[in-house]
Parts: sequence; C-alpha cells; structure tokens
Amino acid sequence: MKSILHRLLLIVGFMPTAALADWQLNLTRGVTSISRNAYDLHMLVLWVCTIIGVVVFSVMFWSIFHHRKSRGAQAAHFHESTTVEVIWTLVPFLILVGLAVPATRALIHIEDAADADMSILITGYQWKWHYKYLEDDVEFFSKLDQDSNRARMLGSGEDPASVENYLLEVDNPVVIPVGKKVRFLTTANDVIHAWWVPALGFKRDAIPGFVNESWALVEEPGIYRGQCAELCGRDHGFMPIVVDARPPEAYAAWVAEFKAKRAAAALKQDPKRAWAREELVTHGAEVYAARCSDCHAADGSAVNGSAPSLAGGEVVLGAMDDLIDLVMFGTGEMHAFGGQLSDIDIAAVITFARNSFGNNAGDDLQPVKVAEFR
Amino acid sequence: MSHAAAHADHHEHHHGPAKGIGRWLYTTNHKDIGTMYMVFALIMFFIGGAMAMVIRAELFQPGLQLVDPQFFNSMTTMHALVMIFGAVMPAFVGLANWMVPVMIGAPDMALPRLNNWSFWIMPFAFLLLLSTLFLPGGAPAGGWTMYAPLVLQTGEAFPFLILAVHMMGISSVLGAINIIATIFNMRAPGLTYMKLPLFVWTWIITAFLLITSIPVLAGAVTMLLTDKYFGTSFFNAAGGGDPVMFQHIFWFFGHPEVYIMILPAFGIVSAIIPTFARKPLFGYESMVYATASIAFLSFIVWAHHMFTVGMPLAGELFFMYTTVLIAVPTGVKVFNWVATMWRGSMTFETPMLFALGFVVLFTIGGFSGLMLGVTPVDFQYHDTYFVVAHFHYVLVTGAVFSIMAATYYWLPKWTGHMYDERLGKLHFWSSVITVNILFFPQHFLGLAGMPRRIPDYAVQFTDFNMISSIGGFAFGLSQLLFLAVVIKCVRGGEKATDRVWEGAEGLEWTLPSPAPYHSFTTPPIVR
Repeated sequence: MKSILHRLLLIVGFMPTAALADWQLNLTRGVTSISRNAYDLHMLVLWVCTIIGVVVFSVMFWSIFHHRKSRGAQAAHFHESTTVEVIWTLVPFLILVGLAVPATRALIHIEDAADADMSILITGYQWKWHYKYLEDDVEFFSKLDQDSNRARMLGSGEDPASVENYLLEVDNPVVIPVGKKVRFLTTANDVIHAWWVPALGFKRDAIPGFVNESWALVEEPGIYRGQCAELCGRDHGFMPIVVDARPPEAYAAWVAEFKAKRAAAALKQDPKRAWAREELVTHGAEVYAARCSDCHAADGSAVNGSAPSLAGGEVVLGAMDDLIDLVMFGTGEMHAFGGQLSDIDIAAVITFARNSFGNNAGDDLQPVKVAEFR
Repeated sequence: MSHAAAHADHHEHHHGPAKGIGRWLYTTNHKDIGTMYMVFALIMFFIGGAMAMVIRAELFQPGLQLVDPQFFNSMTTMHALVMIFGAVMPAFVGLANWMVPVMIGAPDMALPRLNNWSFWIMPFAFLLLLSTLFLPGGAPAGGWTMYAPLVLQTGEAFPFLILAVHMMGISSVLGAINIIATIFNMRAPGLTYMKLPLFVWTWIITAFLLITSIPVLAGAVTMLLTDKYFGTSFFNAAGGGDPVMFQHIFWFFGHPEVYIMILPAFGIVSAIIPTFARKPLFGYESMVYATASIAFLSFIVWAHHMFTVGMPLAGELFFMYTTVLIAVPTGVKVFNWVATMWRGSMTFETPMLFALGFVVLFTIGGFSGLMLGVTPVDFQYHDTYFVVAHFHYVLVTGAVFSIMAATYYWLPKWTGHMYDERLGKLHFWSSVITVNILFFPQHFLGLAGMPRRIPDYAVQFTDFNMISSIGGFAFGLSQLLFLAVVIKCVRGGEKATDRVWEGAEGLEWTLPSPAPYHSFTTPPIVR
C-alpha cells in the first residue's frame, strides 16, 4: 500500500543510485549518525593506510628499480640501526592512538541505546524474520517476496534481472518512524542470524537465548534494504530485510491500518467453528505457498532431497496425531511451526497436504483438534 | 657460520632409502616425510581449489545455475577446511621437516617415528572428511568455524567432521612437539638461539602456538560432539548453555591459528629477500622479537572475529585496542624487509618475485585487517565480502605465495636440478595478475553490502562477481603451471650447484644438491 508520494520518492530517490550501484565501490554513508560515523572512520583509516602504503611501496619499488644487480648495484653491508627501528615502532603506534580516539567515541555512541522512543523485538528464524513492536502491539513475519523466491530456484529459467529488487524484497517490510530513536532487540528461535541494514550503520547478531540491543534514528524517509549476515543454513542468502522509514504521521496511520486489517481477519477466522474441507484446502494452499514451499517445493516434490517429498509420503498420509505433532514441534530438519502458525493455519495446511499433490486422504483436520496439542 | 664438517658425511651412505612403497610407509627420514607432507599439501591445494572453482562458477551471475544452496554451503565449508588444515598447514610442516634439521645441522628430527605417525594420520583424517561428500545429507555445510547451534543440524557427516578435526589436531600437535624437541636439542655446536635462521625461529614460535591452541579446538569440538549425541547443553541456550561461548572458545584457537599460517611465511620471506638482495637481513633481533610479540598478541585479540555478538562496551574497546596494536610488530617486519632490499644488489629469480609479491600483497591484506579491527566500522564490514577479500589477501598472496616462494627457493636443493626459470616466472606473473583480479573486486562487493557465504546475490553485485570469477578461473589454471614446473624439475634439468643461489647463506647450502638421504651425521661446527 504505497502512497503516490511514496512511489515518487522511490523513483526520484532510488533510480539513479540503483543504476549506479552496479559499480558501487565504497561504503554507504547511510541515513543515521551511526552509519555516518562508520563512514567517516572508514575513510580516515582508508586514507591513513593508503598514505602509508604509497610511502612504503614507493621506497620499495625505488629500491627494486635502482638497487638491482643488472644496473651494477653493489650490496651495502648495514643490517641494523636502533634509531630507525625505534622510529618505525613509535610512529605507527602514535598513528594508532590517533585512530583509536575517534573510534572509541563512535563506539560509545553506538552502544548507547538508552532513552529510545520505541522498541522492536526482532527474532530470526530459518529463514525469515519476525518483528514485534513492543509498544504498538504489532507483530508479523517478514520473508523473501514470492517473485524473488520463484526466480531464485535452481533452474527456474527466470532472469533475476527481470525481478525488481531481486533477493532484496520482502512480503512485509518493517515500518519505522523517521526522527525517532528506535531500539532493536535481536534474538533468534533456532540458529544464529545477524540483522544488517547497511544504511542504518550496524549489524547485530540474533542469538537464541540472548537478547541483543542496538538502535537507529533514521533521518530521511525511504526504503532501506539489507540481508541476514550470519550463515544460518541452506537459505541464509534468502532472508532479506526491508526497512520502510516513514514520517511519524504516516507511521501512525500504518499501525492503525495494520490493526484494522487484523481485526477484520479475526472476525472471519474463528478457530472454534467447524470448517469445511474446501475452506481448509483453499486457506491451506496459501499457507503452504508462504511457509512450506521453500523446502518441500510448490508441487510437494521436495527441493533436491533437502526435505521429504509430500506426494504419497508415508508420514503425510500417516496417523493424524503424529503429523500434527511433527508440524507443531518439528524434528531434525523439520522446523517447529507451532509457534509460528495459528491453529487454523496448521489445520488448513495439513488438510491441504493430505488432499493435494496426488494425495487423496479425503479427510480434514479441524482447528479445535490442533488446539488440543498446545 | 662455517661448515667445516659439511661434506664429512658425504661418503657415509651405508644405507639409502628402502625400495618400493615400504620406503614411504615406514620411513622415519625427515626428508622423505617432508616430501610426503609437501605432496599431500599440493594434492589438497588442488582439491580445495576445485571447490573454489565451483563456488566462483555459481557466483558468476545472479540466480542459481549449477548447485543447490546446501551444496554451495558445503563447498565453502570444505574449501576452507581443506585449504587450512590440508594445504597450508601441512605445507609449512613439510617445509619444517625438510629444512629445520638441515638448517640447524641435525641428522634428522628428534623423534623420527613420531614424525612418521604425525604425517600418516593426515591422509586418514582427510579421507574421513572428504568421504562426507558422498554421505546422504551431504558434507558439513555450517562453515569451517562450526558455529553452534547451526553445526548441530549437520546430518550423518557430523561425527566424520569432528573426528577428522581431532585427527588433524593430533597430527599438528605431534608435529609441533617434534619441531620444538629438534630445535631445542639438536642444534649444531655453536649455533646459539640468536644465530638461528629466521625460518627456524618462526617455527619455534609457531610450534608453541600449535601446542597451545589446538587442544582448545579439540575441547570445543568434543563439546559439540557431546551436545549432539550425549545430551549435554554446553552451547544450547534452552538447556542453560551458551552459543556465544562456542565462538569464544573457537576463536581462542582460531586467532593463533591464523598466525600459525603466517609466521612460517615470515621466516621464508626473511630467508629469501637477503639471498637475492645479497645483503644480510636488516634488524634480525627485532624480527625475532616482533614475531614473538605477534604470537603473544594473538592470544588476546580473539573476540575481534565476533564483534557483532553483542559484547559489553569495555570488551569491545579492549579487543579493538589489542587488535590494532598488532599492526606495530607487523609493520616492523615489513619495514625491515624493505630496509633489507635497500642498497642491496638485487636479482629477481622466481623465489624473489614471489617474496616481493608477498610483501606488497600481504601488506594490503594487513591494511584491510587494520580497518576490520576498528570496531565501529567492523559492524559494517563484518561477514561481508570485504572480510573474504581480507583473509584471502593474507592467506593466498600471503601464506600460499610464501610456500611457492619456498618451493622455488629450495627445489634445486631437494631435487638436484634447477627448475625451469622461464616457466617459473610465467607462473608468478600469471598468478600475481589473476589473483588480484580475483580478490581485489571483493573489497568493493563487501563495501557495497554483499554478505559472504551466499550462493546467490542481488543484481547490482553482478559485474564485480563476474570479474572476480574470471580472475578465479584464470588463477586456478595458472596453478597447473606450478605443477608442471615441479614435475619437470623432479624429472630432470640443469644440475644445481651446492650453493644454488649466489647470495645464499646457511647450513643447508653447504650440503650437496640434491641433499644426501642422510646429512649432518657428524654435526658441523658453527662459529
């Protein structure tokens, strides 16, 4: 739901950079004080290194050119000089002290997450992100968008260049207000992930059992993209992050809209009522496409043996109780979906799987039955 | 140094090498074992290189064309394990086996039977590791760093991985013990510590790093094993454990490990540059002290590999300061090499070319290392291609270039033949050009925001990835030249003199070329 203004901003602000980005050589300056500090420090150290490099390599290559036997050079015999050695130990040390001062200042600034205006709890899952706005009672999963997901499959035959923001687009971006200090709390549900948006200027690991703290005060509205930055398994390369920074009023409007939609959906979705099989299959197909197809493939045939095939599978057509248990609590490679999906979702996706891909169990699973397993 | 007794043992060939395969299986001869280490390392270099080719082929363009993401992750994991534990480390141990006894005037290593054993563990360790490629579920894919909890999701390959790492570790520790025992006890009369060639010095320090750090790795992987199979929760947060603790333990091994792979390289370059500059090494004593300082610092910088885990501010500051401090002794080394060249009388045979390539390109890797040490910016660089570029500059154009320099330098002494200088120079120039095409653009990719260890990427990263892949294929092909030079030199060639290089100094050059099967059975007197 992008406004016209928003679209304009996107075109004016991002088309030129998108075109130039192909040959981007340097770190982004970003849109926060943290990212600007990082950029300035990066340039400082880069220049220090460049100057030292030019001096040292000039001396070396001058020597290589002039002090060669083929030019009749006679070898000198000196092999030590305490003065020179003390100088070239002390000078680099002093340069390092000079670098450490701004670096320390920048680090203290980064680690000061106090007095935040709002907090978002970010939980990494294999392979998606969950965002929970602690003050605003908003929460949702965010994963790779369907266009990228289709195109990235091995042998998809689709040209990635034809997909807008290939691998850097999600279904639900994380919306934040500009001009507010937002605190990000990162944790994970399974393995370690890392939440990184370069324009915000930091990355922070999401670790099971730990809650890490970081913050950003974004100054300009815009869409800022990033990716998971810690190897987290097979689809590590496919869990992007999209931050949508909006003016505070637009942010408030987004929160209101989110809640209104959720309330409307809840009305239709009563887990207590009896659901028709067709209803469950239709809803289950949506859940399957969004949550299961990455590993089990759109047609249930499984991707390159990374997950069991669901077509005629013994487990999927086996005892219902075992199947519910497996989907909710996982085992080995199978992820636990109990915490991620509602009773309706689980009932629907199981019903769908037992009655699709050539499977024909002919039965259905009611949400109330799933509730018994919680 | 003098070499009064150098040729005294020339006629004492009462027994030479045994015949057939038995010579290699049962040998306790340091030269045979050194050769086996080197050949093993070369084979692993090509196996690990083939995996790198798969990686670069998949990354040639966006989209998945060739391999499944899980297999891609296996390739990055196995490439690192094979190159680190199979190629670079055994190559340095092989060089130590061959050269340390002849550099210190000893007849053999102090513990010859142990020496045989530490080599023969290696092929079996790698048989275990490489066999995982054929297991259901595939080879380990959690990264060579084996971070918990991800590595615990490994399937049947998991125990193979752990046991292989254990075996490599045992081999390395035994090798290190042997090297220390040899240098401490078997130096020629008069060869005091401050007269030792720098290669010997760097290996003393490396051996201590190995003995100190490898058992820590062994502890870490054992805890992984019990977490997986015996119900412990060392690294499982749900059981009261701590996933970050694994990273602390691993990098307490891991950072000394990266110096294990570079200190012997410093020793090699410190041998080669004086030879071809025809001028003694500048600042010998400060080189020794700088090496020792680097080794000491390597134990108190480990957490700079994990700045993003969320440490307290004081911890981040401590590790930032100690990390950038390493630049001081490393700088001293580079300055000393340049001062050694200064007003020398230089010639540029292949070993010298590789040594000079090392000095320039390793220094570039050092610069990016300094940048990575600055914590507030590391939060941007961490786990991107900038890091990949950094450690390939120090490991490929650093460690691997030094091993190649050493091979060209000592090959005439080993085989008795001069290698083909024209082919050697061709190998150097094709390597040095292509390796920069391969790794330099990766700095740009990292700065532009491309994470490492991903099989597919956003389209704006396409151009530099293509350039990098083309450089990668060309660098891979260039190494076939190296193989050709070595094989050609072993088979024959111009007869090498004893001294081989005009400016060469040290006991190894007092031996005939090829070095006899048993050398220095009577110790030389060093004055």
